[in-house]
Amino acid sequence: MPDGALSHIRVLDFTTQIAGPYCTKLLADYGAGVIKVERPGAGDAARGLGPFPGDIPHPEKSGLFLHLNTNKRSITLDLKSKAGQKIAKQLAAEVDLVVENFRPGVMDRLGLGLGALQESNPRLVMTSISNFGQTGPYRDFKSSDILVYSMGGEMHSTGLSDREPVKLGANVVLYQAGSVAAVGSAGALFLSQDDGPGQHVDVSIMETQTGSVDRRMSALVGYQYTGELSARIPFGAAGYPIGVYPCEDGYFEVTGGLIYFPRVVRMLGDPPELLEPRWYTPESQTDPELKEEFEAHFLSWTIQRSKAEAWRAAQESDVLSGPLNTMEDVANDQQFIGRGAFAQIDHPVAGSLKYPGRPFVMTESPWEIRRPAPLLGQHNGEILQELGYGPGDQVRLRAQGVI
Amino acid sequence: MSKLPLEGVRVLEMTVVWAGPYCTSFLADLGAEVIRVESLASFAPLTRGVRAHPTAASIATQPVFMGGYPDRQPGDRPWNRCPIFNPHARNKLSMTLDLSQPNGLEIFKDLVKVSDIFVENNVVDRMDKLGIDYAMLKELREDIIMLRMPAYGTTGPYRDYRALGVHIEGVIGHTLLRGYTDMDASANNAVYVADAAGGSHGAFAVLAALHHRRRTGKGQYIELGQAEDAMPMMGQFFMDYTMNGRNAATTGNRHPTALQGCYPCKGNERQGHDRWVCITINSDEEWRSFSSALGRPDWTGDPRFAHAPGRLEHHDEIDAHISRWTEQMNNFQVMRTLQAAGVAAGPVMDQRDAYNDPHLKERGMFQEFSQEDTGTHLYPRAPYTMSETPPDIRRGPVRLGEDNEYVYRTVLGYSEEDYARLEAEGHISMDYPEHFE
Repeated sequence: MPDGALSHIRVLDFTTQIAGPYCTKLLADYGAGVIKVERPGAGDAARGLGPFPGDIPHPEKSGLFLHLNTNKRSITLDLKSKAGQKIAKQLAAEVDLVVENFRPGVMDRLGLGLGALQESNPRLVMTSISNFGQTGPYRDFKSSDILVYSMGGEMHSTGLSDREPVKLGANVVLYQAGSVAAVGSAGALFLSQDDGPGQHVDVSIMETQTGSVDRRMSALVGYQYTGELSARIPFGAAGYPIGVYPCEDGYFEVTGGLIYFPRVVRMLGDPPELLEPRWYTPESQTDPELKEEFEAHFLSWTIQRSKAEAWRAAQESDVLSGPLNTMEDVANDQQFIGRGAFAQIDHPVAGSLKYPGRPFVMTESPWEIRRPAPLLGQHNGEILQELGYGPGDQVRLRAQGVI
Repeated sequence: MSKLPLEGVRVLEMTVVWAGPYCTSFLADLGAEVIRVESLASFAPLTRGVRAHPTAASIATQPVFMGGYPDRQPGDRPWNRCPIFNPHARNKLSMTLDLSQPNGLEIFKDLVKVSDIFVENNVVDRMDKLGIDYAMLKELREDIIMLRMPAYGTTGPYRDYRALGVHIEGVIGHTLLRGYTDMDASANNAVYVADAAGGSHGAFAVLAALHHRRRTGKGQYIELGQAEDAMPMMGQFFMDYTMNGRNAATTGNRHPTALQGCYPCKGNERQGHDRWVCITINSDEEWRSFSSALGRPDWTGDPRFAHAPGRLEHHDEIDAHISRWTEQMNNFQVMRTLQAAGVAAGPVMDQRDAYNDPHLKERGMFQEFSQEDTGTHLYPRAPYTMSETPPDIRRGPVRLGEDNEYVYRTVLGYSEEDYARLEAEGHISMDYPEHFE
């Protein structure tokens, strides 16, 4: 079996919840050795967030935690204690990368700031993931999923003009931040591993939206060019058909206006009334009456088909489109199943479950589940032993509540 | 200062729209020499603009992120002026060739021989028609890394399906997890999280492969199906289905356990003053802080609201109270008042707010660059920073064919005569042909 791409990289992971653990999951799933440091007792707060099987909370059965912490080993450490800090420092001396998402300044207060850790490990890279970054007037502000998008992203143009702006779903902004942190980390490591310096990678979750290609950068630059603000007018100007249309069993999304209009007409079977020249003038795609006339025609087509049928027919005419799937649709989709996009992972407490799988396929250094998400403190013994703490030391540390 | 992490790494890209170009922008920020290989044989829609030669009238109807060309004018070279392209075109180089001519592919092959990485995100059959695949690249350059980013992968029933990011989100289930709770899914407008995800994951994939190549000497083929790539971001919702058979629905702006919403602010009643603030109250302690910050109005003392379950049960009623308060306030004022009390609050920031924001200013999020066809403007830098090798903007948005001379003469080592001949044959230009729409 070939190695993972990052199997030479060792990571000490102080992160919790979503963005940080997603960053270290990406590193771990592609080979890096990740030690996850958790608070004794409760551990990562994600252990307390659902979903749980049967909606019964259990710290080893959180679907969120199980998904985000594959391939990591867990050690519990009380970082407020001197002994805990000492062990954390010893661990940090042995790794290439530290990832943390405490409030800015906490690592320094714990004696675990980059400067302190570089004394024994000069090429160490530290990636800090925080709401607003390590500097600046909002540094200590609180945040949330909706604030990331409202302050950083294009929330003000998401939704309808006569309604409040509306956020994205599924905490995607936090996952996006985690993936950006993985890019910065892997980039910094590429340099430090080549006799370059260690350094601090500062990921402000807000900025991962401000610098996002999902309309935000374009809206910002468009404003620079024109002085115009973007507005919540979803599809008004992009011709027709565009947007979400009802089908027999759900919804189907199409981008079929402007230059793509002839493909849609082909999809509809080239009906003579849609081949008339009036549909193909320079103004036709912005004419509201024509749009209304067309949509009546189009809706009678979509409503007679299932979303899957509509999608298939659209693709036969190269129409940009997709169904609005439920998670059930996704999990049972033959394309994704056939390509191995899911992973069946067995966990000692949660059992065998189907998880989202690899984000991308690397042919020479494959994504691989070597171990499921760890139980809280599951690897205390072996990690401490690696550091030279004997069984007697471990009993003492446990008694002191350090681990 | 140290050299940049990817200095000395050469990346070729034939990327379109957003996901592919965003991927290579991360590599360019890290110091790689990223060369856009841009064919003059056709214009890729939605890349350097919707069309090559748009009219001012057609631009005028497009939203500002797409049609916001400088002063809403196409200018002489519209393909260098479009806001859907320019923000991610920082730090890159551009060369042209004509892939409809047989020797166009030969030029590309010569480039592959001196490059480390090739990235593309076209529909699968475009590369098939050009005859470009990993085997071909590997023959030219043994340790090449190839990243393909098609919508659904190069195998399976969907291999040739056409999609933008917005369709991929529907397919992986994100669209049904967002939007207003009191309206059906057809009220959802287009967002492009899948493009953003494809870009960052693609860049991470290339970096992982570079690490692996340095250790083993081996290049490799990487396939990133954009739908599969964004699926892990649905994590807890996917797990809820596999654990409980449940298909979650949108919760709008609400949170599963906190009190949360988006509220109108002062100025909202006037046309063109679209002002909002978002607030998240996570705990009973934060609720009490919130109450103090407002000066303890009677309604916050309602015992039904003292604990989280009661607040969630009476969410609508509390929202009405909060709106009456926020409507009297400026949105930044709400942020300052509540954050000072330890409650998460922040305005919905439009572009003007972002450029004026003291926090983003202090952190240098916007950097000024000039480009001949657009003038001098502030562009967003990379979405993270580094202490020793900051991923700054070193060069403004690249113009079509701007680096032809460097690429053909210096990178490829072609002679002056060759260059003149290729120029006469239509490979080398800073303009798309007039007959392109």
